[in-house]
Amino acid sequence: MNGFMQRFNYLFRSTKGLALVAIAMISLVSAVFGMLSGPMAEWGISDVIIRTLGMRMVPAEREGRIIMLYHSIAMAVVALEVYFITDLVKMKNHQQGSINAIVTVGYLSSMIFGLWFAYFGHNYVFHGLFIFGQSLMFFGGILLAVALWPWNKEYYMDDPSYSRTKKGIDLERVAFFIMAAAMLGSALFGAVPGSNFGNGFETFLAEDVIRMPEKNTLMLAVIGHLHIMLTLIAVAAALIVGRWVDFKGIWHKLAMPMMLVGTFIITIGVWMVVPYEFIAHYIIYGGSTLILLAGLFLLIFTWNKLIIERIAELGIEKASIGQKIAALLHDPLKFGATWQMLFMNFTTSFIGIYFAVKLDEIIRKWPAREERVELTGHWHVLSAIIATILLFYFADIAGLKGKARKWFGWLAIIFSDVAFAATTVLYIKRLIVSEAAQQPLVDAVMVFIEIGLGTLLVVLGLFMFWRLTDLFKKDGLWKAEMAEPGREGSQ
Amino acid sequence: MKHKYLLLILIMASVGCVPLTQDMELPLILDPGVDPDSWALVPAGEFLMGQFNHEIMVDYEYEIMITDVTNQQYSNYLNQAIGEGYVKIDGDQVLGYYPGDEFHGYRHEEEITAGDWLHMPINDLDLRLAFDGETFTVLEGYENHPMVVVTWFGAKAYCEYYGWHLPSEIEWEKAARGADGRPFPWGNEIVGGNANFYASRDPFEEFSGKQGNTTPVGFYNGSTYSGYKTLDSKSPYGVYDMAGNVEQWTADIYENQHYRYLRGGSKQTYAYNLRVWTRNNAGPYYFSPSIGFRCVRDK
Repeated sequence: MNGFMQRFNYLFRSTKGLALVAIAMISLVSAVFGMLSGPMAEWGISDVIIRTLGMRMVPAEREGRIIMLYHSIAMAVVALEVYFITDLVKMKNHQQGSINAIVTVGYLSSMIFGLWFAYFGHNYVFHGLFIFGQSLMFFGGILLAVALWPWNKEYYMDDPSYSRTKKGIDLERVAFFIMAAAMLGSALFGAVPGSNFGNGFETFLAEDVIRMPEKNTLMLAVIGHLHIMLTLIAVAAALIVGRWVDFKGIWHKLAMPMMLVGTFIITIGVWMVVPYEFIAHYIIYGGSTLILLAGLFLLIFTWNKLIIERIAELGIEKASIGQKIAALLHDPLKFGATWQMLFMNFTTSFIGIYFAVKLDEIIRKWPAREERVELTGHWHVLSAIIATILLFYFADIAGLKGKARKWFGWLAIIFSDVAFAATTVLYIKRLIVSEAAQQPLVDAVMVFIEIGLGTLLVVLGLFMFWRLTDLFKKDGLWKAEMAEPGREGSQ
Repeated sequence: MKHKYLLLILIMASVGCVPLTQDMELPLILDPGVDPDSWALVPAGEFLMGQFNHEIMVDYEYEIMITDVTNQQYSNYLNQAIGEGYVKIDGDQVLGYYPGDEFHGYRHEEEITAGDWLHMPINDLDLRLAFDGETFTVLEGYENHPMVVVTWFGAKAYCEYYGWHLPSEIEWEKAARGADGRPFPWGNEIVGGNANFYASRDPFEEFSGKQGNTTPVGFYNGSTYSGYKTLDSKSPYGVYDMAGNVEQWTADIYENQHYRYLRGGSKQTYAYNLRVWTRNNAGPYYFSPSIGFRCVRDK
């Protein structure tokens, strides 16, 4: 019993354990529910899963099921980010403990009962528990925002190498705080229309109403909600990576004001979609430009740091270009997290901008379903890239070292990027091939997608197997991690 | 070993450049036994429309074609209509006059002006018709496949030539699902034997890849073709192919947009797009190997 409690404490009271559980849950849900669509449906695997698990798939409820599935996964990802933030950013131990406990119960309740309700018959008690879980997440978010309050003198920044005001207010902490506060407001932005579902407001997927000339207020709120939540999850991921690599110096001083102002502007811009849709887009462009620039500065800092530290470690006085590149690529986890941020631009940002610029000229000449494919492909890739970034961070704190670290890192980078690039080709295919001639291209890119994602999942599976089987060892890594000193402060 | 991988990558990249379709022979030349010249009566009365089953009253009865318009039907029409000057050939296009839409200058709205508009391109690879400079004929084996590569203008002109019209969305959906709110024309679930959709494993799909080919109209009538068994998948009013095979143009023109709406899903879409309420849309000048139409006439 003592052993069980020790492991329970590890899994539900330590950052690494909580993160391990969240990633395991996300992996499990992705593995099971990912088999219901795409190639898995084509191969008939979805039918087997549905029959085996006894799922109840009413055709008219597809959109509602998908919304609950997205929310279930999103809650776990947000919880994961919360664990990392409460570990990385200075706050009281009791704050960390209560925030983590609340979001853990929140996402688990939301995920388990939400999926149960959506896929296994409609027990409305479970629907209530799904909403209860999301409410707990919101409450945990309020506590997080309180804990992150940057105007508490206790958390003023003394070190001049970090971005701060003249008074000493830590601007990185401000960025974390604004992100958390923006996420709370944006959650409400979705909760209001969500609470009207089935109450005169009909469930829909945003990609299905893209060409509707006049969307009602609640529809605009839903569309704004999903965009800003994913944006804020990405902002949080960038801030976490910044703490991970100890982002500081001139690039930090430039980036943090941009990040916090950009986050504020883009959030306001998205909220303004409801009353002033047309002007709102220009505000959003302004905010996203600032955030992208902040991300670029983080990347420059990180790559420079990776090179300098590795060159110093090797004792090289004057490194050649080749040695610098080798140094940059030495640690695939830290390099990978920032590389994925760069790669994201090629698979999503630049293509998104191109599609926005050419919307009437090209995209709107296609059937709506083609535009829908582009939109869903776009954000699936974006979400998956964010997931890999968080995964790299977890792999680092989980103690992946030596050759395993290199194999894990490089396989994850290469094969995820192969999959993301192939997905990008798939969703922009109409730019390069006609409907009549597309099938060979579709079949070819599907091979790359399957190989890429398949390998990524195998690598993730092996990693998870290593960490989960470690729990069965009497003196495994988990025990050592439990014995580690408490929460580390950020700076 | 490295060379093997390189070779594999090159093969996979090169298959992406191989065009498909027109040159290939059909695996089966079939007559499913459903007469494309026949009509089904849709009685007046209420029905449940859309995903959320809104009660809609249609206070008139009408008839709808039991199948999509076939290549043979469209070819016959073109040969008559061109001779009468109803439509004309201009270069490699069939054109016809359209009086234009009311234009409001709304965001993303495109002006559809009065003038000649494309009905059908003549040289498109996926067109199942051939033109010798005077007469249209149907490529062998495609006679009773649905007419594709036809714009909304071309579909509308066909129906109006015979004194009929394209179905409104309401007329289309009522004909597809009857009055009981079912999600598919034949009932509540979909399997491969019900309709031609993406990866539905029909015999034509096996032949030309998962994009598949169109199936002959009325193919899913419960018959077995060379060992391939279909389910009788007509709607409650006896209408075939209201889900899958080709999407169908509908008549409605909505304010502040130039898009025309397509119903029914196609050989190119996943099964969930075959739910009767699912909509797609495109400009009226758009054509595709997955888009066809059928007509409605007043009773």
